[in-house]
Amino acid sequence: MSDASKPNLVTRLRNGLEVRLKEIHTAPLATCWVWYRVGSRNETPGTTGVSHWVEHMQFKGTPSFPAGVLDRAISRNGGVWNAFTWLDWTAYLETLPADRIKMALELEADRMQNSLFDVDEVESERTVIIAERQGHENEPTFRLAEEVQAASFRVHGYHHGVIGDMVDLQSMTRDDLFAHYRRHYVPSNAVLVVAGDFNTRRMLNQIREIFGPLPKAPAPQHMSRPEPLQSGERIVNVSGPGETHYLKIAYHAPAAKDDDFLPLTVLGSVLAGASSFNFFAGGISNKTSRLYRALVDGEVAASVQGGLAASIDPYLYNVHITVRPDRTPEQALAVLDQEMARIREAPIDEAELSKAIKQARALFAYSSESISNQGFWLGFSEMFADGSWYESYLDRLAEVTPKMAWEIAQKYLVDSNRVVGFYRPNSS
Amino acid sequence: MSKKAPLLPHLDIAALPGPDTIRREELPNGIVVLIRENFSSPSVVLSGYLLAGALANTADTAGLAFMTAIAMTRGTQTRSFEQIFEAIESIGASLSLYGGTHTTAFQGKALAEDLGLLLELLADVLQHPSFPKTEFERLRTQQLTALAIREQDTGARAQMAFNTLVYRDHPYGLSTNGYVETISELTTSDLRKFHREYFSASGLVITIVGGVEADKVLDLVSSTLGQWTTKKQRAMPDLPALKPLKKSRRVEVRLEGKAQSDLVIGTAGPSRYDEDYLAAAMGNSILGRFGMMGRIGEAVRISAGLAYYAYSAISGGPGPGPWQVVAGVNPKDENRAIEIVQKEIKRFTSRRVSEEELFENKASFIGRLPMQLESNEGVAGAISHMERYDLGLDYYQRYQNMIAAITRDQVLAAGKRFLDTERLAVAIAGPDGDGV
Repeated sequence: MSDASKPNLVTRLRNGLEVRLKEIHTAPLATCWVWYRVGSRNETPGTTGVSHWVEHMQFKGTPSFPAGVLDRAISRNGGVWNAFTWLDWTAYLETLPADRIKMALELEADRMQNSLFDVDEVESERTVIIAERQGHENEPTFRLAEEVQAASFRVHGYHHGVIGDMVDLQSMTRDDLFAHYRRHYVPSNAVLVVAGDFNTRRMLNQIREIFGPLPKAPAPQHMSRPEPLQSGERIVNVSGPGETHYLKIAYHAPAAKDDDFLPLTVLGSVLAGASSFNFFAGGISNKTSRLYRALVDGEVAASVQGGLAASIDPYLYNVHITVRPDRTPEQALAVLDQEMARIREAPIDEAELSKAIKQARALFAYSSESISNQGFWLGFSEMFADGSWYESYLDRLAEVTPKMAWEIAQKYLVDSNRVVGFYRPNSS
Repeated sequence: MSKKAPLLPHLDIAALPGPDTIRREELPNGIVVLIRENFSSPSVVLSGYLLAGALANTADTAGLAFMTAIAMTRGTQTRSFEQIFEAIESIGASLSLYGGTHTTAFQGKALAEDLGLLLELLADVLQHPSFPKTEFERLRTQQLTALAIREQDTGARAQMAFNTLVYRDHPYGLSTNGYVETISELTTSDLRKFHREYFSASGLVITIVGGVEADKVLDLVSSTLGQWTTKKQRAMPDLPALKPLKKSRRVEVRLEGKAQSDLVIGTAGPSRYDEDYLAAAMGNSILGRFGMMGRIGEAVRISAGLAYYAYSAISGGPGPGPWQVVAGVNPKDENRAIEIVQKEIKRFTSRRVSEEELFENKASFIGRLPMQLESNEGVAGAISHMERYDLGLDYYQRYQNMIAAITRDQVLAAGKRFLDTERLAVAIAGPDGDGV
């Protein structure tokens, strides 16, 4: 791995804020990301969805910057901002012309401790978030994915989705949201990444000036309840409108830091095509993957996708199949089972391995090109591992052998380790 | 504006793509090649188009251009579907074709070292597609599945209903992706004929941006696409004039089992060639883009809390594409949201925007240009855009002055001209409206 992936400076302020800086001078831009170590995994029944809702409230103003002021200011300065909540983390992003990036630092420091959580704003946002959830519910694939995820985790916080359960969205209070905010939005629970066209020393001084005065507070203790080993296949059925059958198969997968993760990444690429761990980077087609050939060329499915996520705790390797109208989901599952048996029975060949590695190299290059994406990687990898995970990713991937991948297939890609979900249209 | 004008961002013109950094060559067979080097990138992007699109199809053959484009990568005279994609995917590259209304567009990406192979494959699928029957039947079933999914998609259904209201028998009223009835009837002979009649080097534009020297790119394009000659091709039909709506119209599509309704409200907007286009685009930003989605976002999402998404969009293609507001709302709030949107459109078309609004939107248009032009994809898109609409290769260098010159009166005039509140189309797709 070249030095291109390494930050120029990593340090920690006295209040515990971790700072990672990287100078990039290819465009007159800079990006600022603040990553908080909190996501839906940390939520409990009654307040599921609170992390995501707090993220929305972070756009509703502080005494210094009332609601509506900042989004105008960011736009006026030729920038973009956004935020994302996921299982393990919540991230805030601004990308601006480099000479305006101070604005992002100021607003992020401000909303790390001064957000208002006005009662009326909370109520107004409640209907917005319920509308967001209802928009998802319009999609059969969301409804299936939510049930499969719930069936996969009986104990662990990965049980529920980021959006949260409707009953909690209806009942959560302003105090629930504010308590979550005060507990998790502290410097010691955050990573600040700035990447782009600046001088590192001057940027660090600016960061010390703006974030340094934030008071030190203890990092929240995260309770983690490990998911017990699944001891038998689980089946979930969901029915609803439409004409199309979907099939979702979720295998429990290792955590990103686990030695098993990269061999499973290679297997995922061979089975259903390569995909990037960067949420904001495009992918490539998967028409030569084993599952595409068996299911789509085999005229059982209209499409197949696979996905593995880099997570703190063991999550899932998902396969999603859209069944052809002239076939049944049971036929699709039978074909998938044959392919899973094949990958357990014999090692992948060297050509498949080298293709997976070349694809990973290309996707990694694409996903590191823009300044915003560099900022993404520098913070993202900190959320579930540390910076070296990202820096050494391609080198470690190149060390995977067919034999290693074979052992991992036998360990993870077995029926007793999976949940099979069927979406069955009411019309069928 | 005079006292505020100096505060608008000032971009370094030399850093923007322009005639000095874009190489433009026309090959003897008529292909226009546009190249910009970017050696800070390890990859390369190619994008382009040729003049073959759904305009040449009829109501009975809707979807033909779309199916032809995707079928072209399914086999050539010398390569099977598997061979094509084995070559593409084994190097981590991508290549896709899309049949739109006016053009068939293509897009590819690879590591810089693999540009030659990507161009070789593109040239082969453009010139020598074989449209194998087995592959076409698979594609047909996949497309019929996609159409069945579309039937259940409230956003897609609202948009289609809107298009039917606004465009009626105009070609823009037809879905480029086709319908169950038309896709079921297409044959490989139809695809072969469409390809033979409309695909040619003449009118083909290809833009390549990334970490490869311009001379080398030009050699590669010449050696792969330079020999493509075809007999005289059929020209795409002219776009017929659109008759405007005589009065506002509303249509509802009801789908069982849905939780949310999608709304589309608007009418036909300006083409990219229209002299009012930039003023209209600026107005659209104020109406439904700026900040958290402009005035529409402020009124529908932020003040009323009715929607997760609420914004406006202007298409600005070669013809009168839609200028529309889109929102997703709870079914019981459909009418309230529509009233709010109509009120905002009325305000937008009856009073000038404020000086402050215009200033900050101008600042945004200019200031965000470096970000839009940061990636190879962004630069390739911008260069193709300049070529497609005859804007001149110095367009982005002139851009900040053109934006700065837009006035409040021009924005109002553009709004009045296109968004007549007495002639709006309103389309709703959602569940049976309990409580509406």
